[in-house]
Amino acid sequence: MSSRASTVSTALAVAPGPSLSAWGMLPMPGTEIITEDLSHSTLDAVLSRGLGRSYGDSSLPARATDRVVATRHANRILGFDPETGILRVEAGFALAELNRLFMPLGFFSPVTPGTKFVTVGGMVASDVHGKNHHREGCFGAHVRWLKVRLADNSVVTCSPTELPDLFDGTIGGMGLLGHILEVEFTLHRIPSQWVYMESERVPDIDSFISGLNTAAPKWPMTMGWIDCLTRGRSMGRGVLMAGRWAEAHEAPATTPRLGPKITLPFMLPNWLLNPLTASLFNFAYYWRHFQKKKTTLVKPEPFFYPLDAILHWNRAYGARGFTQYQCVLPRRAGEKAVSAFMERLTALGGASPLCVIKDCGEEGRGVLSFPMEGTSIAVDMAVSPDIQHIVDNLNAFVIETGGRIYLTKDRFTRADQFRKMEPRLDRFMALRDKYDPQRRLRSAQSVRLFGDRA
Amino acid sequence: MKAVILGGTNGIGRAIARHLAERGDAVFLLGRDADELERSAADLKARHPKQRPAGTALCDLEAPEGFAAALDAADAGLDRFDTVIVTAAMFATQDRLEADIAFTQRLLTVNFANTVVFCEHVKKRLLARGGGRLAVFSSVAGDRGRKPVALYGASKAGLSAYLEALDHKHHADKLAVLCVKPGFVKTGMTAGLKPPPFAGEPEGVARDVVRALDRRKPMLYTPSMWQLVMAVIKRLPRFVMRKIGF
Ligand SMILES: Cc1cc2nc3c(=O)[nH]c(=O)nc-3n(C[C@H](O)[C@H](O)[C@H](O)COP(=O)(O)OP(=O)(O)OC[C@H]3O[C@@H](n4cnc5c(N)ncnc54)[C@H](O)[C@@H]3O)c2cc1C
Ligand SMILES: NC(=O)c1ccc[n+]([C@@H]2O[C@H](COP(=O)([O-])OP(=O)(O)OC[C@H]3O[C@@H](n4cnc5c(N)ncnc54)[C@H](OP(=O)(O)O)[C@@H]3O)[C@@H](O)[C@H]2O)c1
Repeated sequence: MSSRASTVSTALAVAPGPSLSAWGMLPMPGTEIITEDLSHSTLDAVLSRGLGRSYGDSSLPARATDRVVATRHANRILGFDPETGILRVEAGFALAELNRLFMPLGFFSPVTPGTKFVTVGGMVASDVHGKNHHREGCFGAHVRWLKVRLADNSVVTCSPTELPDLFDGTIGGMGLLGHILEVEFTLHRIPSQWVYMESERVPDIDSFISGLNTAAPKWPMTMGWIDCLTRGRSMGRGVLMAGRWAEAHEAPATTPRLGPKITLPFMLPNWLLNPLTASLFNFAYYWRHFQKKKTTLVKPEPFFYPLDAILHWNRAYGARGFTQYQCVLPRRAGEKAVSAFMERLTALGGASPLCVIKDCGEEGRGVLSFPMEGTSIAVDMAVSPDIQHIVDNLNAFVIETGGRIYLTKDRFTRADQFRKMEPRLDRFMALRDKYDPQRRLRSAQSVRLFGDRA
Repeated sequence: MKAVILGGTNGIGRAIARHLAERGDAVFLLGRDADELERSAADLKARHPKQRPAGTALCDLEAPEGFAAALDAADAGLDRFDTVIVTAAMFATQDRLEADIAFTQRLLTVNFANTVVFCEHVKKRLLARGGGRLAVFSSVAGDRGRKPVALYGASKAGLSAYLEALDHKHHADKLAVLCVKPGFVKTGMTAGLKPPPFAGEPEGVARDVVRALDRRKPMLYTPSMWQLVMAVIKRLPRFVMRKIGF
């Protein structure tokens, strides 16, 4: 067996006994302690996890016997000031609940990822970004204060002024500096519960990049869907979306209902998302957008969370599981870097109906946070025997351009490639030396990428 | 509804408190940890800023001498409550209990004797004001003597019997007594156990309980599937129960 094939089969082997999995559906042996009481249950724990919406192995235990705490029942709001929008919550409080409770009051999360089924703790640990990254930065930019349990079991609070090094390391630190117990952050006011959206059909990748650039100063929220299967002249065609919250006078008087909860009830067969079905899906998506440009008032749910309408859509990938490859290519690498990346991606053939492109603003304060000024591309991939080869190959390109991958999505990157794309790693490891010299906190991902002991 | 919840800081009690507050019902929390009570009251307040904030008072099922004062506080906070819900209870595995008889005594006292005493205080007050509702959490574990829950189950069996009698005795006095029998629910109480099929979530159980309270039902299995499961288990012959592990 080649080394490539054997890595994949190890990753795919499902050990007997209880297992945990994240959004990519590749389970690891282990169990989680679901608890409301983080102040007791995180004692001696080595990892916290939220709703397991990260695609990779950052929320999975390094060893089946590791004490892993699931925070999702630790979900109380500890304080809210309607004057300032400052909200303090326990780490397991879910974004879905935030939206449900605070949108009617005229508030929204300052930053939201593409799913609402995440915890606030998870949003801090991954320092998530959204459609407004070019304006608002990552979630961590809006965090005022954290309460953290450190590896030595002490509980400390940190903020931009109190233990700022711990604060910066915890934001985007993938749970490796401490267990986040409580978070205080500032909500944004919204003028209505509707989004004013302009969407545009874009014929190729270069027009996409310039489209994002022109939209950025005009629109607080932008992103695009691209078809990563079409090659040649139309490579990178897709739909660019820009939006802003509708002003009160523009919005309909009714409040939008929260989306229905449809679940794909069983594992669909593996062949469902083969290259043919995938390209049909993309073709339909592109041409559904019949007019070149259109403006509409839309509900926030389909605008921010198009995939949440189908709970557990990840099961559509079947039992073999899937992964997402997300990287950011720095602006300084030049405009052609993105089309060169797309060329490599389409040549490798990942068969993904889902490909998201977004321009990122400046790097934030999180020591290991993902975004940097440039273009982020996220593409879903079924886990095929080729997956390691594809990821290695894309990573080689990312290293050349000076870009990096997003840890929360990653399952297959190799340690040597990670080091090459992460000059900030030394600084992060110095923080771990300070706050967790024995490396008690760890995950399957930290073993794979940071060299922690298995 | 003006509801007092003993055990409302955690698990199913927390979900019931949220569900009631969301409907606009007034809620008062009783529990044994002041910090937890404060955090839960803050949660309800932030969720429903326009509503009357939930009051709280200390009440420990191991300290029956404090029951009257706790109910006084609730009466003052709610301007006379009309509903009382008891979710508070102890749980431990059979192994743990068998290894520690003193602990077993505590659990039996809290889950049965002191819960009944608490209900007696509540009953008196509600009857004096012309009726009301009392919902108390027993368990499917009390439906049949079973190996893995011999002691915990016995405490709940006693409680179920008391609640049934209370319903018989005071139904005509407009005191609606609800005996709740949850099956496996994923809460802190069961955090260390492997969830069986049909395991419930606290939110679903809370909805069922509030609906049963509204309809003044005397008994509720929740999730409802457990009614069927227990119907079968109750009919299993003794020789089968002796053989099987549960
Ligand atoms: C459909 C979909 C769309 C998405 N879109 C975006 C997007 O647009 N932008 C974006 O940035 N991300 C996106 N994501 C990724 C997702 O936002 C992140 O993975 C997020 O961290 C998941 O939160 P969670 O609560 O599920 O955390 P988990 O997946 O459970 O954990 C993620 C990481 O956070 C750590 N962690 C969680 N809670 C704590 C805690 N209390 N203390 C310490 N560490 C903790 C875990 O150890 C792990 O390393 C998307 C995911 C999906 C499924
Ligand atoms: N979960 C299940 O699967 C299940 C199944 C069948 C029946 N039940 C029953 O359902 C009820 C609720 O269970 P749950 O799962 O919600 O449990 P839980 O999450 O453990 O909540 C139990 C509550 O009881 C409180 N409590 C314990 N001892 C107390 C005492 N001496 N005085 C005052 N309060 C005390 C706890 O408060 P502290 O935080 O202070 O400990 C906690 O708030 C219980 O009666 C349980 O027996 C549960």
